[in-house]
Amino acid sequence: MKFTYSWLKDHLEPTASFDQIVERLSLIGLEVEGVEDKAKQLAPFVVGEVLTAQKHPNADKLKVCTVSIGKGDPIQVVCGAPNARAGLKTVFAAPGTVIPATGTELKIGKIRDVESRGMLCSAREMGLSEEHEGIIELPEDAPVGAPFAEVLGLNDPVIEIAVTPNRADCLGVSGVARDLAAAGLGELMAPRVKPVEGTFPAPLKVTLEFGDTPSLCPAFALRVVKGVKNGPSPQWLQDRLRAIGLRPINALVDVTNFMTFDRNRPLHVFDLKKVAGDLVVRRAKTGETLLALDGKTYTLDESMCVIADEKGVESLAGIMGGEESGCDAATVDVVIESALWEPINIAQTGRRLGINSDARFRFERGIDPAFTLPGLDLATHLILEMCGGEPSQVVLAGAIPDTARTIAFPLAEVKRLSGLDASEAEIRDVLEKLGFAVSGSTPVLDVVPPSWRGDIEGKADLVEEVVRILGLERVPATEFPRDADARKPVLTALQLRTRKARRALAARGLVEAVTWSFVSKGAAEAFGGGKPELALSNPIAADLSDMRPSLLPGLIRAAQANADRGFADVALFEVGQVFLGDGPGDQRQSASGIRRGTAKPGGAGRFWAGAAGAVDAFDAKADAFAALAACGAPVANLQVTADAPSWYHPGRSGTLRLGSNAFAHFGEVHPAVLEALDVTGPLVAFEITLDKIPEPKAKATRVKPPLELSAFQPVRRDFAFLVGREVAAADILKAAQGVDRKLVTGVGVFDLYEGKGIEADKKSVAIEVTLQPRERTLTDEEIDQVAGRIVAEVAKKTGAVLRA
Amino acid sequence: MSDLVLTDHPALDALEREIASAILASADEAALEQVRISALGKKGSVSELLKSLGAMSPDERKVMGPAINGLRDRIQGLMAARRETLKAAALEARLATEKVDVTLPVREAPAEIGRVHPISQVMEELTAIFADMGFSVAEGPDIEDDFHNFTALNFPAGHPAREMHDTFFLPPGADGERKVLRTHTSPVQVRTMQAKKPPIRVICPGRTYRCDSDQTHTPMFHQVEGLVIDRHAHLGHLKWILEEFCKSFFEVEGVKMRFRPSFFPFTEPSMEVDIQCDRSRPGEIRFGEGNDWLEILGCGMVHPNVLRNCGIDPDEYQGFAWGMGIDRIAMLKYGMSDLRAFFEADVRWLSHYGFRPLDFPTLAGGLSA
Repeated sequence: MKFTYSWLKDHLEPTASFDQIVERLSLIGLEVEGVEDKAKQLAPFVVGEVLTAQKHPNADKLKVCTVSIGKGDPIQVVCGAPNARAGLKTVFAAPGTVIPATGTELKIGKIRDVESRGMLCSAREMGLSEEHEGIIELPEDAPVGAPFAEVLGLNDPVIEIAVTPNRADCLGVSGVARDLAAAGLGELMAPRVKPVEGTFPAPLKVTLEFGDTPSLCPAFALRVVKGVKNGPSPQWLQDRLRAIGLRPINALVDVTNFMTFDRNRPLHVFDLKKVAGDLVVRRAKTGETLLALDGKTYTLDESMCVIADEKGVESLAGIMGGEESGCDAATVDVVIESALWEPINIAQTGRRLGINSDARFRFERGIDPAFTLPGLDLATHLILEMCGGEPSQVVLAGAIPDTARTIAFPLAEVKRLSGLDASEAEIRDVLEKLGFAVSGSTPVLDVVPPSWRGDIEGKADLVEEVVRILGLERVPATEFPRDADARKPVLTALQLRTRKARRALAARGLVEAVTWSFVSKGAAEAFGGGKPELALSNPIAADLSDMRPSLLPGLIRAAQANADRGFADVALFEVGQVFLGDGPGDQRQSASGIRRGTAKPGGAGRFWAGAAGAVDAFDAKADAFAALAACGAPVANLQVTADAPSWYHPGRSGTLRLGSNAFAHFGEVHPAVLEALDVTGPLVAFEITLDKIPEPKAKATRVKPPLELSAFQPVRRDFAFLVGREVAAADILKAAQGVDRKLVTGVGVFDLYEGKGIEADKKSVAIEVTLQPRERTLTDEEIDQVAGRIVAEVAKKTGAVLRA
Repeated sequence: MSDLVLTDHPALDALEREIASAILASADEAALEQVRISALGKKGSVSELLKSLGAMSPDERKVMGPAINGLRDRIQGLMAARRETLKAAALEARLATEKVDVTLPVREAPAEIGRVHPISQVMEELTAIFADMGFSVAEGPDIEDDFHNFTALNFPAGHPAREMHDTFFLPPGADGERKVLRTHTSPVQVRTMQAKKPPIRVICPGRTYRCDSDQTHTPMFHQVEGLVIDRHAHLGHLKWILEEFCKSFFEVEGVKMRFRPSFFPFTEPSMEVDIQCDRSRPGEIRFGEGNDWLEILGCGMVHPNVLRNCGIDPDEYQGFAWGMGIDRIAMLKYGMSDLRAFFEADVRWLSHYGFRPLDFPTLAGGLSA
């Protein structure tokens, strides 16, 4: 919302400076977005009088002028404008001035050997218009040497404020003035609008026809002014409209625009001659069209409200008039419409048709219903003043709604909600200056909001009015200590896991990414998603269409993007949400990562002490274990099964689980999936569903179990087994461990061999077993006996034989 | 030869000199061993002398005993000393051949390569600050229903404020209702109030979505909101909390704040907050100094309709809420210039702006220390 300072002064007699007003506007909730002061920008430009204008000796199209600026000697200026002539008052810029249109600084120079000590300016050079036929011609009485901006009436700063959706009343300058007056920056000037006496009945009727559908028009008033002479509006009105970025059209149209911005009272004017018969306000018929004032044709439907005559739609109610019935220079009899519209319907219609008009903007926020008829009268006065004519009586269809309501307002509410100490007198004063009717007395006031404040619902709104006008700076910052309870964790188990997984993965050299929650449909389908209920109706891009079922597609895409930039060995992870369905319980927290190229945990790429090889499934497995361990998962008891989902390589991937609870997968990504995503490998990945990790049992104490240290040395024995290739190493380890859970404290695989020297369907697995005696040193016989049991047990469980 | 003590027996003295010089002449431990054998071995010269003691008369033995034993002890001492010298020389010679180029680079530690995303880091900073003030962390689903995202928060149907949210929609379900991607984390406040009796002190960080994309907007971004509900929490308390937060987060002694009235459907009164800053240095912004203002958050007293919608009596309880962009405050604090880069996963950006895994934000150690 833009207005000029002089416009504001139509409604406010300021008692504060311009700068104070600008500062205070923001502090009472009318945030100043900008102040444009043409007078400041144009300060170096002054009125100059051309004393002489001779032809340039060396150029046919140039003139050598002497210019007076009221002081000092006349100045010689070379000028190319055809209208440069002796006696002309125009705009002079001295050397050193920056020309607004070009941004260049003016210098003393020689043009074809004749010195030029300044410049005479066109409107285009001043950034005022596109006019560049010649230099600006000022009125003969323009005082020589005076600032040009002053002469042109441009010394009127333009203020732009952001008006929040609740403050429709401040979409008119009069409303802004009221707020400023309440805040003590001046006196509000709000003379009552004098009613217009119509001298004849309006020659057309209007009916509201909504049948049994809800009415979209509470009230519709109109008046005809006969015999107007429509032409350009007066200079002051044109200046104002131009200053806020509107184009003056003609007096009748300019008056409606003025009323919109001055009083937040959008009106519509149309040519009586172009109306066929009486008017009907009704829902549009589906398929009806309207050529609107913006030159576009809109196709309407029954959800929209129109004003129609016997021929068809005349205008789109509250949003835009029709081109056909518009007022022009030939208009003699004008119809002025002042109506009220259903705000939600205006918003929906405007949105559906894509029309953002000043009228729509106001009607959908709500305008002052009580000003419907005074607004019509005020517009009539202006039209009579500018265009002459004779006013008819008013025709009103529907009824002006009564908005009066009383709010019981306990004075203590101000302190309760805001902490601000304000006296009853202050509170009353603020409310009354804002137009509220206040009655009753301590402790509870009866407050009736003014008709233009449809946003005021209850006492909290009144507190806001009081506090914002008295000043939020008066609210004292008040210490708010934490309660006296013992400190408890502020994070849930899942939140803690999220953090721990993140730090653990970063500590393994993976870099955390945050990728979009949406992926392409193809990617969603490739990773087990793609359900219709998770496809956005209005995606921002085709490849960001579906809620992600996994973090991997985003990470894999990111890895490829990095590779395309020349960083092929990347290790990325993300900890974030994935979506199984659209219910509140269908979201899971996943910690997932990928390694590409040679981004091994120990370092990537070539290295003097040995180059890193390609990433493999065990790198991903180790990442998963690290994150799981950090999250407190019982990693020692996890089962590893070779049944990862379809997006993994079937032979080089696995699932980590406790029985039926599978909470992590790892392995190489399936080559077909990589190809579908247009990505090259090698690429390994892991996914952990953090929600599924079982919660550790709550402990009664933080004390750790006692430490038992054996006085006896552990004994280590190696066994090399020949087994079938399909036998899982874990089964061998489990069998060895199971021989004596107390004595066998460690088992590990230290060698694995397949190939030459052993049968094609066999492999050699060498394990080291640690025996920890607790009561005494083991004898050789005892050790041999345990070793024998280990060999027998492994053979029994896996078919292994001890290698010779 | 200071440790050579000569006796009155020229023969013994000569023998001692001879052995001593052989010891000193031995070039390695093997040579020294030969000297030992020839002197102290079974048939060594000194051993022979010791054996001869048995055939001597007691008087003779009284004189010769100590002389011969003394000779043996001194020889043994010399040998031990020589052995130590030779061992040290041998070690030194070996070490002289064992040399590496210590300037060769080593592999960087994984913990030096890995990074935590700035959004995660800032979320942990926020948690540390507000945990200290007694707030816990609440979270909720990204896919929300209309009630939690709008209606409960006092957004009337068709109201322009709803339109300002550029909402992402999911297809209508069996009941005809369209789920949305939450446009703010406020639905978490609603869920918290529905689930918990006051007093409530929570912060709600999380992902939010609006279908908007340009230089300064991404379709996905992060917000943190705070909510306090009890019997007496008022605007003055809100001011104090936000001042404490700004000082802690930006790690400055003090920061001036400007509260401007504003509008949000879910708070009344509503405010926007600007903080004092200095933008006079190109490409840099400093907080807690200067004469400029920068808007960082919106806040207000929870609207009575919102309390009622969540089953809380607005005449018994009251409270306040605030919300701000995590990405935005991260940019302000750490100087990133482009929001879009947060979500591009460019490892160069992540390595530069990300945080090392062991850099935990703590109040004890300084949030960003």
